[in-house]
Amino acid sequence: MSPSAAGFREASARAVLDPALREAIRRVTDNLAVRRVQVTAELPHFDVLRDRAKRIKEHTLANLDRYLEQLEAAVRARGGHVHWARDAEEAAACVVRICREAGARRVVKSKSMVTEEVELNRALLEAGIEPVETDLGEFVVQISGDRPSHLIAPIIHKRREDVAELFRRHLGTPADAPVPVLTAAARAHLRQAFLQADVGITGANFLVAETGTVVLVENEGNARMVTSLPRVHVAVAGIEKVLPRLADLAVFLPLLVRSATGQRLSAYVSLLTGPRGPGERDGPDAFHLVLVDNGRSRVLADPELREALQCVRCSACLNVCPVYERAGGHAYGSVYSGPIGAVLTPALTGGRGLVDLPFASSLCGACRDVCPVRIDIPGMLVALRARAGQTAEARWERRAARVAAWLLCRPRLYRWASVAARVLEPVVRRVPVGALRRWARGRDLPRLSPTPFHRAARR
Amino acid sequence: MPDRPHRVALFVTCLVDQFAPSVARGTLQVLERVGLRAEVPGGQTCCGQPLLNDGFPDQAARLARRWVETFEPFDAVVAPSGSCVATVREFYPRVLAGSPWEGRARAVAQRTYELSEFLVRVLGVEDVGARFPHRVALHASCHQLRSLGAADCARAVLRRVAGLELVDLAHPEACCGFGGVFSVKFPEVSEAMLRDKLQDVSATTAEVLVSTDLGCLLHLAGGLSRKGVRLRCLHLAEVLGGS
Repeated sequence: MSPSAAGFREASARAVLDPALREAIRRVTDNLAVRRVQVTAELPHFDVLRDRAKRIKEHTLANLDRYLEQLEAAVRARGGHVHWARDAEEAAACVVRICREAGARRVVKSKSMVTEEVELNRALLEAGIEPVETDLGEFVVQISGDRPSHLIAPIIHKRREDVAELFRRHLGTPADAPVPVLTAAARAHLRQAFLQADVGITGANFLVAETGTVVLVENEGNARMVTSLPRVHVAVAGIEKVLPRLADLAVFLPLLVRSATGQRLSAYVSLLTGPRGPGERDGPDAFHLVLVDNGRSRVLADPELREALQCVRCSACLNVCPVYERAGGHAYGSVYSGPIGAVLTPALTGGRGLVDLPFASSLCGACRDVCPVRIDIPGMLVALRARAGQTAEARWERRAARVAAWLLCRPRLYRWASVAARVLEPVVRRVPVGALRRWARGRDLPRLSPTPFHRAARR
Repeated sequence: MPDRPHRVALFVTCLVDQFAPSVARGTLQVLERVGLRAEVPGGQTCCGQPLLNDGFPDQAARLARRWVETFEPFDAVVAPSGSCVATVREFYPRVLAGSPWEGRARAVAQRTYELSEFLVRVLGVEDVGARFPHRVALHASCHQLRSLGAADCARAVLRRVAGLELVDLAHPEACCGFGGVFSVKFPEVSEAMLRDKLQDVSATTAEVLVSTDLGCLLHLAGGLSRKGVRLRCLHLAEVLGGS
């Protein structure tokens, strides 16, 4: 995760001035949100699934060490290799090493947020290995030198014309090419990459401990190509992705897919267990699983934020968030954006974005309502705000809060302050400062009532 | 439905106290009409939500303890704010966790209600005998809607007001962009949300915009007057308390 170029305030202020961006985001998120409502309503037991999923996640995270060891043993038993990466650097270096040992010059990748998190592509390029993103959205992100701005729709911020222009430059399509021509050009280009690649790199939507299975959910079929054409398959996953049993997928697949894209099931669901076995016709010669911590153990040890590890990255919270819709994903300065990103970024990094991201929410609660695992995102944002309140940046606010609480605990003083406020009001209204000035940018300041209620009530 | 409470307290809330005493008067009138003489405990100030949301739960806890002490003696506490009630219910047990106050807070929180929620879910009353011959759009606050799950209570009582025509917003569940500290930390995004909310209201035939929460209402009214739009903003209690 690279540091944000600008704080959330500056970035979001710029974003709200771009109506095209807003429109582009809204078209996608509204569509996803509407479909989510439709397909979740179809399942009368959807809320039962949510409760079950929550319990499974709680149980798994409470016994994570045990399930990870079970997973490791199961992967090894099927002829796969397991690697543990403490942080981003270790994770990226591990994948680079595997690629080098495989003699790889070119690798293909399917969509994976954790490889964005550990900045794998940069490490590969530095090692002289060329990664090619094969998810259409990620491919566009890659050739434009951009960053994904949504968990599952990485180029939500781009318009069709932007992509057409990009493809004209990189793939030689006509400037006015319609979408089918653009996708066909990408398909032809990527087909070559699939055939030439030595290693295929994927993430994992779920890891099954009892079988050592990697589960991939996708719609383009590229992940299946990435895992079947190259000689070597490397799956990179956060340690929180593990589920105890194969049967748990019956709970999580419908929850994830319906919450994410509003489909009943994605076009492709791949369950991959180890490399090609004796007598099997498909699959890679070698399989590696890279398990990434990168801050997750710390979050696990944190009772207030632990729940964030239950996230399945469905993006339902982004799609209903009024702040995400207007600020756009890049404003969060992290690969994880939206409400869950505002929690994950400071949580995983031990504080990056702490002073602004937890405040980038009106706490409207729409995110909590739609989360398939019922993560209390607003509650965690408030908990993170309390940590922001302890930083050096907040020392003046901290003092002001102490004074305010002192005053509000003394009703008589509160009544006097009410009188004083009315004396000062004309001055403050004429020259509003600080928070009042920021309010008054686009909204008239409310007027104090000439007599507060408590005075009338006392009479 | 819970038993009909004998001793009922009005939690005025600090915003109502300072900006709109008529909301407190309206609440008292409504309660009187349904046969309850609510007391207004002296010494009440603020629930502490602003401090909590600014990142100072320890300071909020000081107010929470005071609040619990003030309202503990009553059978029911009624407030003209879904947001303040949500703070008491959802966050008091958290900021007071691990102390004897936690249990006390949970106990009072259980009998603390937003006005329309109290009318509908505790008293079983939807018709309070109010009359308000206008077209009204309702903005239930996010806390009213999602934390309390009581937006339908506000709608139910408004529907029974004589002469009142409730008009639908296209996006009734959309946040107005207030969010307390959010509105001043990120004014640009907050204003963008407000603009859309006001556009939604303007697209209807509503003559009056009604909300369950004064915070939202001051935000909405501030946006309307800045735009020079003349649309009355009233609190639910002012509508129900009028005759």
